[in-house]
Amino acid sequence: MSDFRFFVDPIRCIGCKACMQACSECDTHKGKSMIHLEYIERGASTQTAPMVCMHCDLPTCAAVCPADAIKRTEDGVVQSSQAPRCIGCSNCVNACPFGVPRYYPEIDQMLKCDMCYDRTSVGKKPMCASVCPSEALFYGTLEEFQSRRGGKPQNSFQFGAQTITTKVFLVLPDGEMGLDMDVISHMDARFEPNAFDHLDPFAHLEPLPMEQGQTLRGRL
Amino acid sequence: MVKPPLSQEEFLDTYGPTLHYAPPGGFSSVEDYDALVDTHCCFCGQQCGIKLKVKDNAIVGFEPRYDFPFNKGKLCPKGIKRYLQGSHPDRLLHPMRRTEHGYQQITWDEALTETVSKIQEIQAKYGRDSFAMLSGVSLTNEKSYLVGKFARLALQTANLDYNGRLCMVSAGAGNKKAYGIDRASNHWEDITDAKVIFIIGTNIAECFPITTDYIWRARDRGAKIIYADPRMVPMARTADLYLPLRCGSDSALLMSMLHVIIRDGLTDEAFIEAHTTGFGDVRAAVADATPEWAAEITGVPAAKIEQAARWYGEAETGMILHARGLEHQVKGVENVMSCANLALATGKIGKPGCGHSTITGQGNGQGGREHGHKCDQLPGNRDITNPEHRKYICEVWGVTDEELPGKGITAQEILNEIHEGKIKGLLSICFNPLVSLPDANFNREALNKLEHYAVIDFFLSETAQHADIVLPGSLQEEDEGTTTSGEGRVIKINAPVTPPGEARRDWEILLDIAGRLGRGKYFQFNNTQEIFNELRLASRGGTADYSGITWEKIVDTQGIFWPCPQTTDEGKTTMHIENLDDRHPGTPRLYEGGKFYHPDGKAHFNAVSWRESAEVVDDEYPIWFTTGRVVSQYLSGSQTRRIGPLVDQFPHPKLELHPRMAKQLKVQTDDWVTIQTRRGEVIIQANVVNTIRPDTVFMAYHWGGKESANLLTQRALDPISKIPEYKVSACRVRLATPEEQTEGERTQFLSSRTEKNLPAGYNLAERRKELRR
Repeated sequence: MSDFRFFVDPIRCIGCKACMQACSECDTHKGKSMIHLEYIERGASTQTAPMVCMHCDLPTCAAVCPADAIKRTEDGVVQSSQAPRCIGCSNCVNACPFGVPRYYPEIDQMLKCDMCYDRTSVGKKPMCASVCPSEALFYGTLEEFQSRRGGKPQNSFQFGAQTITTKVFLVLPDGEMGLDMDVISHMDARFEPNAFDHLDPFAHLEPLPMEQGQTLRGRL
Repeated sequence: MVKPPLSQEEFLDTYGPTLHYAPPGGFSSVEDYDALVDTHCCFCGQQCGIKLKVKDNAIVGFEPRYDFPFNKGKLCPKGIKRYLQGSHPDRLLHPMRRTEHGYQQITWDEALTETVSKIQEIQAKYGRDSFAMLSGVSLTNEKSYLVGKFARLALQTANLDYNGRLCMVSAGAGNKKAYGIDRASNHWEDITDAKVIFIIGTNIAECFPITTDYIWRARDRGAKIIYADPRMVPMARTADLYLPLRCGSDSALLMSMLHVIIRDGLTDEAFIEAHTTGFGDVRAAVADATPEWAAEITGVPAAKIEQAARWYGEAETGMILHARGLEHQVKGVENVMSCANLALATGKIGKPGCGHSTITGQGNGQGGREHGHKCDQLPGNRDITNPEHRKYICEVWGVTDEELPGKGITAQEILNEIHEGKIKGLLSICFNPLVSLPDANFNREALNKLEHYAVIDFFLSETAQHADIVLPGSLQEEDEGTTTSGEGRVIKINAPVTPPGEARRDWEILLDIAGRLGRGKYFQFNNTQEIFNELRLASRGGTADYSGITWEKIVDTQGIFWPCPQTTDEGKTTMHIENLDDRHPGTPRLYEGGKFYHPDGKAHFNAVSWRESAEVVDDEYPIWFTTGRVVSQYLSGSQTRRIGPLVDQFPHPKLELHPRMAKQLKVQTDDWVTIQTRRGEVIIQANVVNTIRPDTVFMAYHWGGKESANLLTQRALDPISKIPEYKVSACRVRLATPEEQTEGERTQFLSSRTEKNLPAGYNLAERRKELRR
């Protein structure tokens, strides 16, 4: 497993949720999906983002856990909470900068992605990266990744003052410098009216035909 | 009269759709299984390889199948959760007869006796062709072949058609006219060598998800992607050039691209000269199709049309991919021929990285359109009106020409004739026309006029609710056979389990009916492999030649690409199946060396001129209405609307509209809206997104009842292929009234039943017991 790495490339994601459906087939979490996939802003784009656990070198979730229920294996996989220890306080849920852990009230426990430890620890691929139709989720060696495709794998992230390095790589488009996550300002921007107007692929079309009954014409 | 005996709610209470979430025995036993069986997904035309986990004669889960070359383990959500169908409590487990108070369980003998006597009675009274049959391309090649033979020799009717009529026929007719054969031009691996990929009228990410990988691999090697669609679908988001054409304007765009290619001298004159005919007519037809002219019609800026034409024309290699977007039109065949004209004019065909392929929608959309359950077709993609073709099939089947019926009418025309009272009886298998054919209100009226309707299916679909006799059939994983994927690869479907309860394999039911009709001597099959071997003989010498393919060879090679003809002299002339050989390696890439399948060996250009769709927007209905799919649902939804995790992804259809239109209509996301066309109206929730043209609304068509997009579509047909024009209608949209909203909410509530909130009359525990095979 040590040579194998996990790459997430959201540009390729087509939002099909095959990863979620495959993840939910694992018997260690009984029909629940540990991978999350969401639209960034469906009103403005079909861009979706699949989110697996990034398996941080110094996991914030484990650092804030009052019950010491979250363990990291020697090969760098951050496990789901241990059932006998987890007290369901949701500290980890609130602290994770990637928004990965989730609390399940029906079992009063946090569960999260463990990179299919039952599979990857015996040399198999994780479920989500096995099925992903577009290889937005890719599991293989760095050499394999680089021989097949472009993009810049990155595993260091800046959240405000906190620098985080991870086992999982996020693939940036070639030429991107780095990821400085200013989450707050992004959230503010979402509430500006017309924030996404510049993304309208149909801006050149006018007028609307609603009243005149004429077909839409391009601005030629 | 075949009016449903129960109300919509009573049907829901008894027959679903019920949302089913967990394998038999729950998830705790996922790692506890007896066997892992290699087979293929039962849904779309990609036919991905998949491994199914089997325990106690039931399927309990899946494993990725990395060794199958097409998908190498990749799957979409439908394939992953398909196993939940097998032990689904809605499964039909017993033959049933309609009574005034609902369906009553009867014995197989009673069901078949009644069906056969009705067939005989109706045919004696009104003539043989008054009893029709409708079939589906979820059926394997063996079953497709059998249905074709069954309808013609057992029912002895000309009126057999199939649901590929709503799917593949425009591409089929266009391909035949251009190339003389009907198959994707290349195996999919060739896509990765293309320098330009031109995709038009297909939502690849949601309808053919694994093809996304091939396109990305091409892009990783420097390919440019041109994407033309009224919606900015997920693949279009990352395209190098996006052409936002309005629905129904495809041929104007394609003509204009050819105009630019000719104008700028980008044609391959040597190829045109050596391997094609008819270029002069096409050149004349596009002489005035300037980008400015096309921009007026399509709404795509002229500069973008020029750009697309030059990219495609100048590239060393290029692929054209299309699907229902341009085929589901009254100009479907013309649109396909326009694509062929582009490929032929630039010589981008028959070479690595070059080709023109349609994306098959249905599981066996390719194989199912080759072996004789089309109304005008005999096995091997032969023509039922061609005397030579008829003669050969008569010889294989051991009948005279008089005993072989002629050309029948197509699917929608069959419904039209039922409505007119000309066709009185119907047998259907794996086809849900009430949801999948256009103008659902008209088709419902038609079904109510039938004197007898028998249905073979595994769930009680919306259409089956009109049946007099219900015969419980089999799922894909309950019967062995072959299918042919979208790339033309013939593959092996295995049967890890047997049908539950009293359900039977489809082919056994058909053989039983044939025997009771006194025609058993033509149907001496003990298993599906014997049916396949007869299909080999019947297809020999046709364009879709499977004669050199054996089941064993398919398993050894992970699939064979047809045409795969006989190689030995004896194999070419024998009428004995055991003398056929299997030495031919198959044909992954067609047309190599400029060899086409018309009698003259050349490809044919077909001139197309611009015309409008059957219905265009006007003052009364000012908005374009178009339909399509979502990734977690499949076709009429009879299967996927019962699989909980897939329903959760897309619980109900939504109307996509652009923010500019929404502003005008004062509509926001999740507001209830009423969509009206000249055929009917639908009340659903809105989804305001700027990924659709501002003059167009979109709705997925997988739902039945009051959520059916086909309440709105029209029965206008392509004159050649008879495919309905699903993709272009005119509609009006407004905010729903409070009463309408209440009705919409009730509709949603009714179609969201889970096993936890079923009425007592459903007998869940009893059904579960019976599902244990």
